[in-house]
Amino acid sequence: MPVLTRSFVKASLITLVVGLLIGIWQQIPGFSIPGLSPVYLHLLTFGWLTQLIFGVALWMFPVYTKEQPRGPEWLGWTIFACLNLGLLLRLIFEPLQGLAPSIVGGWMLVLSALLQWLAGVGFIINIWPRVRGK
Amino acid sequence: MPRLSRYFIRASLIYLLLGLTAGALILTNKGIPFAPLVWVLLPLHIETMFVGWMSQLALGVAFWILPRLAGDAPRGNERWSWAALVLINLGLIVAMAAPFSQWPWPSTLARSLEAVGFIAFVLGNWRRIYSPTFGLQTLRRNQG
Repeated sequence: MPVLTRSFVKASLITLVVGLLIGIWQQIPGFSIPGLSPVYLHLLTFGWLTQLIFGVALWMFPVYTKEQPRGPEWLGWTIFACLNLGLLLRLIFEPLQGLAPSIVGGWMLVLSALLQWLAGVGFIINIWPRVRGK
Repeated sequence: MPRLSRYFIRASLIYLLLGLTAGALILTNKGIPFAPLVWVLLPLHIETMFVGWMSQLALGVAFWILPRLAGDAPRGNERWSWAALVLINLGLIVAMAAPFSQWPWPSTLARSLEAVGFIAFVLGNWRRIYSPTFGLQTLRRNQG
């Protein structure tokens, strides 16, 4: 399993644990924070499931070329960085905006949205040519 | 990778792009409100990400890697799986149009098309879910 895939899979597992802990936190009476519910959902669906899919697909789909079997290495790492940085910004600033809204916090959410979007677009660019027959 | 899997997976990537774009617009609007109307995209975001992206990718990969059957039709009766591709994507298109419709029935139609599509896939591929031992026995029986 290549280093990039191991990083995706390990990050997805960490996100799963964080997401589950937040899910428990939400259920404690009096501890629920506004904005935490969408964070919980996105940690599980994007940080866990989608990130796991990205990592495994980059590993197992038909090779890109002999020289670059998994496409450009830099693109794979950019996807990884954008996805996790975008989620981290969301994890911090979405609940923070619920508690104490600010312009900086608002722009951090915009940056988070952009980074997560770029991660997805990067993945599509990387994997599209690899969706083919033998 | 068989042709049907390629169609399923490419369709799932298109829905990933649509779903992510809708989600990014919603989150951007949360940060810096610019158009309250963006919230109308929420059902589209959920439908494209769960059904269009994840479920359809799963079907495409399953059709590709599930054990094959002995005989002339290694992936079973493929008509069921082709029907699934058509029905699910038709359902998704109707589901995406539904929030902009004034009638309630498009959502029901969309969910029905998707459900029938998934059932068709299950019917077409059910026999491919077997243990290697069972597969070997079937192969020997067919050869003998």
